[in-house]
Amino acid sequence: MSTPTAPTPLTRQRPVPVIFERGAPGRIGYSLPASDVPEVPLDSVIPAAHRRAHPAALPEVSELDVVRHYTILSHRNFSIDEGFYPLGSCTMKYNPKINEDVARQAGFARLHPYAPEDLVQGALEMVWELERAMAEITGMDRVTFQPAAGAHGELTSLLMIGRYYAEKRERRSTVIVPDSAHGTNPASAAFAGYRVVEVKSDHRGNMDLDALKAVLNQDVAALMFTNPNTLGLFEEHILEVARAVHNVGAQLYLDGANFNAILGITRPGDQGFDIMHLNLHKTFATPHGGGGPGAGAVAVRSHLTPFLPVPTVERDGQRFTFDYERPKTIGKMRAFYGNFGNLVRGYAYVRSMGASGLREASEMAVLNANYLLARLREHFDVAYDRVCKHEFVLSGRRQRDRNHVTTRDMAKRVLDYGFHAPTIYFPLIVEEAIMIEPTETESLQTLDAFVDALVAVAREAETDPELVRTAPHDTPVTRLDEVTAARKPDLRWRPERSGVPSRA
Amino acid sequence: MYPKELRYSKEHEWAKVEGKRVRVGITKFAADRLSDIVYVELPSVGAEVKFMEPFGVVESVKAVSDIYAPVSGKVVEVNAALVEKPETLNTDPYGAWMMVVEPSNPAELDQLLDAEAYTAHVGEGH
Amino acid sequence: MKYIPATAAERERMLAAAGVRSMEDLFRDIPEEARLTRPLDLPPALADPDLLAHVRELADRNTDCDRLACFLGAGAYDHFVPSTVAHLALRPEFLTAYTPYQAEIMQGELQAIYEYQSMMCELTGMDVANASMYDGASATGEAACMAVDLTKRSEVLISTAVHPEYRQVLRTYTGHLPITVRELPARGLTSVEAARAAITDATAALIVQSPNFFGAIEQGEALAQAAHDKGALFVVAIAEPISLGILRPPGEYGADIVIGEGQSLGNALNFGGPYLGVIATREQYVRRMPGRLVGRTVDTAGRPGYVLTLQTREQHIRRAKATSNICTNESLNALIAAVYLATLGRHGVAHVAESCARKAHYARERITGLRGYELAFDAPTFNEFTVRCPMPPAEINRRLLTHGILGGLELGRFYPEYDDCWLLCVTEQRSRKEIDRLVDHLEALR
Repeated sequence: MSTPTAPTPLTRQRPVPVIFERGAPGRIGYSLPASDVPEVPLDSVIPAAHRRAHPAALPEVSELDVVRHYTILSHRNFSIDEGFYPLGSCTMKYNPKINEDVARQAGFARLHPYAPEDLVQGALEMVWELERAMAEITGMDRVTFQPAAGAHGELTSLLMIGRYYAEKRERRSTVIVPDSAHGTNPASAAFAGYRVVEVKSDHRGNMDLDALKAVLNQDVAALMFTNPNTLGLFEEHILEVARAVHNVGAQLYLDGANFNAILGITRPGDQGFDIMHLNLHKTFATPHGGGGPGAGAVAVRSHLTPFLPVPTVERDGQRFTFDYERPKTIGKMRAFYGNFGNLVRGYAYVRSMGASGLREASEMAVLNANYLLARLREHFDVAYDRVCKHEFVLSGRRQRDRNHVTTRDMAKRVLDYGFHAPTIYFPLIVEEAIMIEPTETESLQTLDAFVDALVAVAREAETDPELVRTAPHDTPVTRLDEVTAARKPDLRWRPERSGVPSRA
Repeated sequence: MYPKELRYSKEHEWAKVEGKRVRVGITKFAADRLSDIVYVELPSVGAEVKFMEPFGVVESVKAVSDIYAPVSGKVVEVNAALVEKPETLNTDPYGAWMMVVEPSNPAELDQLLDAEAYTAHVGEGH
Repeated sequence: MKYIPATAAERERMLAAAGVRSMEDLFRDIPEEARLTRPLDLPPALADPDLLAHVRELADRNTDCDRLACFLGAGAYDHFVPSTVAHLALRPEFLTAYTPYQAEIMQGELQAIYEYQSMMCELTGMDVANASMYDGASATGEAACMAVDLTKRSEVLISTAVHPEYRQVLRTYTGHLPITVRELPARGLTSVEAARAAITDATAALIVQSPNFFGAIEQGEALAQAAHDKGALFVVAIAEPISLGILRPPGEYGADIVIGEGQSLGNALNFGGPYLGVIATREQYVRRMPGRLVGRTVDTAGRPGYVLTLQTREQHIRRAKATSNICTNESLNALIAAVYLATLGRHGVAHVAESCARKAHYARERITGLRGYELAFDAPTFNEFTVRCPMPPAEINRRLLTHGILGGLELGRFYPEYDDCWLLCVTEQRSRKEIDRLVDHLEALR
């Protein structure tokens, strides 16, 4: 059984000055050539009225100052490269190094988006091939990579659905979501101008079919579904759900965030979905970058292809082109074409894995999750007693009721054991929710160590609850005053600041 | 537990009749559930509010709640001090009033709960 | 399969512990009709050396800006990126980290983004900047929604001198909402008189870009006044933030919201993405600003620390009433920008900006000195300018390409009325020799 690790290196513990506090007036950290064009008065280049009176108050630091600053900051960051993230709904699988080498080469990274098509045939072919691969993986007809993230893909999809009905001259103003939906679902629907209706889940964790049918009518534009759902469970009635939705002429949308459970096993197109999004930064191993960039893909059946954002990538023999001549397009969701740098990583991943590798990934993701569930179920309440898919939900209810130790407290204590915490308080329909998703890239040894840590924390909740309630103890900072941060937001450095802000 | 002279909405606002005006706030139950309140958004003086429709927002670190008008009418006073110190909603929910309304339809007050009925309502775990 | 560590023996142990006999048992709740009964039809898996060879072959069929003298801008810029950027911002501790919801173990990322927010405030002259949006174009859409929300007005007026793709995205973002987007025609510069005439009591915001798509520096102060006189917000889009190294920041001339594209700040051209959406505003509007925000606070021991704050505005809490639906953003690109700005610093950013301005000015003078070439618009410029050409710009570009020169944007692509016009960009990366070579080739073209 593991105990909290040895004291962390000093660099992790000491507060780090902000970069503005480093350096000295006049110090520089850059190297640029002197001007090689004729010297003319600056006023004739840019009139004084348009020029800054003072340079922006950016840091004045040497290159070594910069290197030390960000190196030390990097030591105060947890990452997949360091340890396990059991975060449900995030699919924190390993980000292969080779994909970085592939994406950073000049032949991809140094392409200007408006370069003539002749100069970017390799890039266009890659995007075309990736589209073909994603269409096959999802069982859909066409795919766009324009969205920058999953939520962006949700919005793109909802706008396409809106155009679809506008073309048919049908007024539909409602979108249905399950009560377990990820927050981006209702947010995207509201942003797209829809009224949101929630339908509850049943005792098995499926969407309540009767409750769904009660709200399905001609005003419904779409049901936004997640399958497997956010409880980590496969929606057993999916075919009936699809029938019911199509019976009222509505669209069935898949939030594909949980796709890591089903690669090569089932396809949304075959389940009856009309449109969906994928998160390349989840299922397809592109790095999360501390919060982004991701890459979203939207895959559609053919009745929705006219509405795809422009441009699409088309193939004519050996030549690849952009197609902007799409009169029914919704338009554009961002400038240019998509997060191309991440499409390259996703492409490299798909080519590395192949069909059997992708299927094996899903199988192991699901087995790893069920293994953890089996080992943890006696120590925590289980939300739904079913075989799970790639993730599962526990509840910290028992520890809260018996020991006044909350899920938040336990999550913070997990940090002391050298793991990232699981997802907590989501989905909203489970009290004191703890959602765990191991992914296929973690070894049995890591999973066992994680179980040991969680079991230890559960035990501490009984024997030493105060230790858990005041966790974390071994991290660079302890719990932060979020109330003051929200009441009196300090969102930027100001030079006149001195010392440390006081607690309210 | 809940002041007897106040009337209560099911959404946890209190209303205090002061002659031809009604003073409005949120109950201790609501403030406790939100825990540390960090921000309050209130309407401007002169704004119209509608019975049981949102008139503002109360924010804590982890949640945001709409607040619903217990009567329709015109806003004649707003508690600017509350915006400065939203935490008083936690320490003194019945003193930290939010707005004063000139009701357009006083009959609506009859739809509100008295202290006993409200106690029973929150007892049901709403 | 190297990314799947489980051995066959471990699989068996885990199946047993999970209480199932086979992998198939874990998928029995998937209806038969929905099961895939064949392998996915994908090309066979490539081992690492083969993967590298395959993508090298694809990359070799591209001609990138390392092999060309790039005079093309139009929303994506070829700037010098110091070596510190890749070595620091792309450290795996930053690259492979998740969103910093567990703040205690993510102080590095949070502090770096707090510093980034501060740097963007310094550059733009605004009070608060967020932790990134997707890109400049989508930030424009979100800023319009924010302005409508703040003013409770339903119209947005946008100059046609704003990047055409930003305007297209704005229409896509608002077309289905009760928001009217009106375009204010601009010929090179946005006319202050025309703006005054077009802004009404229903206008939530006037949106301009400076320097604008034609390269011209807008009359920011007068346009701000025109907007404010009617109670509308003044929104400035910055497609080329290096310009802020030398130009007056929008915060000083009346902007209420600044949106922008941070690609210029250390981010690779990357064929259009990932890029860096910027949004910054005045303190009183902060709670209506979309996206993540990092705030500084203290821990239980009184030590300074950083945390995501004002999260209640965001999708994971506010859900249907969120300020936006954004979740994953462009954090790493913001970090890249921070390292870039820290490395260049106060003096370096000014140096780069001045270098761009001087070289562009030199190119402008030499090209307009050629017979048949003239400046299309009479306005001050930064590192881009529009030239009227004696032959179709497409033809010029075709011929220049044979000499390893990537020419400017053919304006006719977006503005049919300017189909004889050419948008040239000159950054600090273009040497005098390259500029002279360009001019020589133009001269020889006739």
